[in-house]
Amino acid sequence: MDMLTCQQLTELVTEYLEGRMSFWRGAQFQLHLGMCRHCRAYIHQMRTTIRTLGSLPQESVPPDLKDELLKRFSGMAPPERK
Amino acid sequence: MTDGGTTVKNGAEPAAASAAVPEVSGSASDLALIAQLRARDAKAFAGLLDRYHGPLLRLALVFVTSRAVAEEIVQETWVGVLDGLDRFEGRSSLKTWIFRILTNRAKTRGVREKRTVPFSAFVDPEGDPEPAVETARFRPDGMWGVAPRRWQDDTPETLLMTAQAVGHLESAIAALPANQRAVLTLRDIDGMDSDEVCNVLEITQTNQRVLLHRARSKLRAMLEEYVERK
Repeated sequence: MDMLTCQQLTELVTEYLEGRMSFWRGAQFQLHLGMCRHCRAYIHQMRTTIRTLGSLPQESVPPDLKDELLKRFSGMAPPERK
Repeated sequence: MTDGGTTVKNGAEPAAASAAVPEVSGSASDLALIAQLRARDAKAFAGLLDRYHGPLLRLALVFVTSRAVAEEIVQETWVGVLDGLDRFEGRSSLKTWIFRILTNRAKTRGVREKRTVPFSAFVDPEGDPEPAVETARFRPDGMWGVAPRRWQDDTPETLLMTAQAVGHLESAIAALPANQRAVLTLRDIDGMDSDEVCNVLEITQTNQRVLLHRARSKLRAMLEEYVERK
């Protein structure tokens, strides 16, 4: 089985994290990771990046808009039954 | 135009006044939520507003550069949700349906205004190959020359405590090509799964993955620079 290079591994990371790898590709990937702490650090950085993005603050709905929409919602007639 | 953002416009097509409610299919949680919304449960609708307003605004900002226009698009989206609620048939998840209303609004805006992202940007993820990591960091045999270091496990928490780091990250996201930014925003910031993202943006799984890969690689590189400069 051919060894993946570190550079190749960096291009396959997303396929790996998405669980989209073929069996053999996955085996090559795991084999490389098992032997290369730099690539383990790389994957760890990638996972940390994803976790950081997932923790970014989201804006909340402005209170006046929320009130306005809720008022509109409550004023809507309930739908007719079939 | 809105004055101060409190007036909700009639952005959507008029709802058929007395159309019968369609049967809804879909996941159990969607079915329960739809039932609550049709019973006019204000808490259920407030929950939707709380959950999706921020993510919708983030997505709108991918399509238009003006924040005011993005806010209007989100507002119109909510009006569209109210107008369409009783006709929703559950062919997609409720979430996908809401986000699709937004992308459709954004496209309509694109016709009227120049300051929008060309939609063709979503079709072609191939283009120039962009390496995930600078080629100069590898030795000629493809192994690491300048190897990455292992970051602290609490990196996200530490980083996001400072406004400066958040600002850096947000600018790096804003600097991505629109198609990469849209995918990264929905997947990694908003936590959608890949099927939902493909449905919202009307792209294939392969395109989605290529765009995600490029976007994540760039953000990792940016963070690496930031973390190691500290």
